[in-house]
Amino acid sequence: MATVSDRVANIRSKNAGPYWLTIDIFCGDTHVYQQMMQELSKELIASIYQVPLDTLKRFEIPSLNVIKFSFPRNTVQGARLDRDMHGAQMSVLLAEHKIDN
Amino acid sequence: MSTRVLVPSGVLGLGFDHNALAAGIEAKPDIIAIDGGSTDSGPFYLGTSSSKYSRASCKAEWKALLKAREVAKVPLVITSCGTCGTDAMVDWMLEITRELAIELGLKLKVATLYSEQKIDVIKNQLLAGKINPLQPIINIDAESIDSIDHVVALAGAEQINAAIQTGADVVLAGRATDTAGISAMALARGEHAGAAWHAAKITECGALCSTHPTSGVVAVDIDATGFSVWPLAEGARCTPHSVSAHMLYENADPHTLYEPGGALQVEQSHYESVDAVKVRVTGSEWLESDQYTVKLEGARVVGFQSTLMAILRDAHYVKNAKAWVARISNFLVKEVASRMQLEADDYKIEIRLIGVDATLGELETKQSIPTEVGVLVLVTAMTQELSEEIAKMIDPFLLHYPLTDNEALPTFAFPYSPARTNRGALYEFCLNHIMVLDEPMQAFRLTTHELNN
Repeated sequence: MATVSDRVANIRSKNAGPYWLTIDIFCGDTHVYQQMMQELSKELIASIYQVPLDTLKRFEIPSLNVIKFSFPRNTVQGARLDRDMHGAQMSVLLAEHKIDN
Repeated sequence: MSTRVLVPSGVLGLGFDHNALAAGIEAKPDIIAIDGGSTDSGPFYLGTSSSKYSRASCKAEWKALLKAREVAKVPLVITSCGTCGTDAMVDWMLEITRELAIELGLKLKVATLYSEQKIDVIKNQLLAGKINPLQPIINIDAESIDSIDHVVALAGAEQINAAIQTGADVVLAGRATDTAGISAMALARGEHAGAAWHAAKITECGALCSTHPTSGVVAVDIDATGFSVWPLAEGARCTPHSVSAHMLYENADPHTLYEPGGALQVEQSHYESVDAVKVRVTGSEWLESDQYTVKLEGARVVGFQSTLMAILRDAHYVKNAKAWVARISNFLVKEVASRMQLEADDYKIEIRLIGVDATLGELETKQSIPTEVGVLVLVTAMTQELSEEIAKMIDPFLLHYPLTDNEALPTFAFPYSPARTNRGALYEFCLNHIMVLDEPMQAFRLTTHELNN
């Protein structure tokens, strides 16, 4: 079974300030972009990252073949329970997510 | 008219290509602007009012920039001095500049712009309804504000321009938005406001908007209708993709960037290659807001930490590491209660398994059996003495605690002695707010200095 990272050109995550995490999915071409538009729903991201749907934002940027998700961090950056100060490893969860085709 | 801004790198302390800097100076910029800070490395730096980067790194790079400025004879601006942009960090950069002025034999007029906020002022502004929360809402009240160690307000282009307009050769600014130092002069000269802010966002990380991210140096021409951006390093290129993609970087909304006094909108922006290395961007919009607001950042101490580290290499323990953590955690809670008479709320012991799920915790989906497992114990308490005492109490058990009662006493690997390390205070970010100002300089202070005269 393929993973998201098998299909797309690049996935990255990073803090957007101390309170938000943002994930950029560079699909590479229109075909993969169209496919990922179907696969990567807000519901899927909310479930992978265990975050509420109502504050999760999804952006489609067809000119770059990019889908972007932003949501408030589960733990504020640097708080006692934070495990990833820059939020840059969080993208692997989506990268390793299995997709059907 | 057009305003040429040279951006040597995304942050002072990270390094840049010196040949590219020289090429940038040859291009005759109108201003050299670099950022010195970020919240990206956590609340410690604002909490302690200190720099993430070494003084030696900052001084070596600042020396190269002061020498370059001497050739270009244009203002050199650094924003968010010393990572956090507190008053003490502006003075730290002033001291470095003073030393370099003597070493290099330079006469310099320096403007220092201070962004730090007095706790009493913040409290009064909160009570006056001038401080409003952003999403996600972090609750503050007049009482909890007292516990904040440092508060800074993020300056925008107006305050940077006030500093430049003193006629300073060098501007050392406290906390500012990443973009303010780059957009300021173009805005003051009446270039297109949308283009100025968009150009600044694209170049705020230096050559990250190009095909050679680590080369640092980029230049941008901002004019009445748009901007053109190009990297200075040999072989580096800006492409419509590398440029437009940077708008996404560390920004929750890819179409909008909020700044003091308004917002940049780039949804209608158009990107095209001008030549092999340069990209032209038009169509960016600046929407002025009704009120002039600045973002606030604050950090405070929430406890003190001690850590311990052990390594499990014995395959039996590696395989059962999670069960072992559950058992030892349960045991430690009882021991701390009986030996130290502490309640569960007085301290926290958290054990993370490096090699199992230390990065992602409960979100981890992968399971495999590693060769060895690092056991990181984080102890948090209200004083350093207490966290150290708890860590010392944990030490022998972390070394020898068995998986079951009926097996030989294990002894794990400690990588150093003592096994405990005091981390000092644990800080947290505690403000996600904007403050309404009557006029831009209300929360900021400006001083000028003649160096080596």
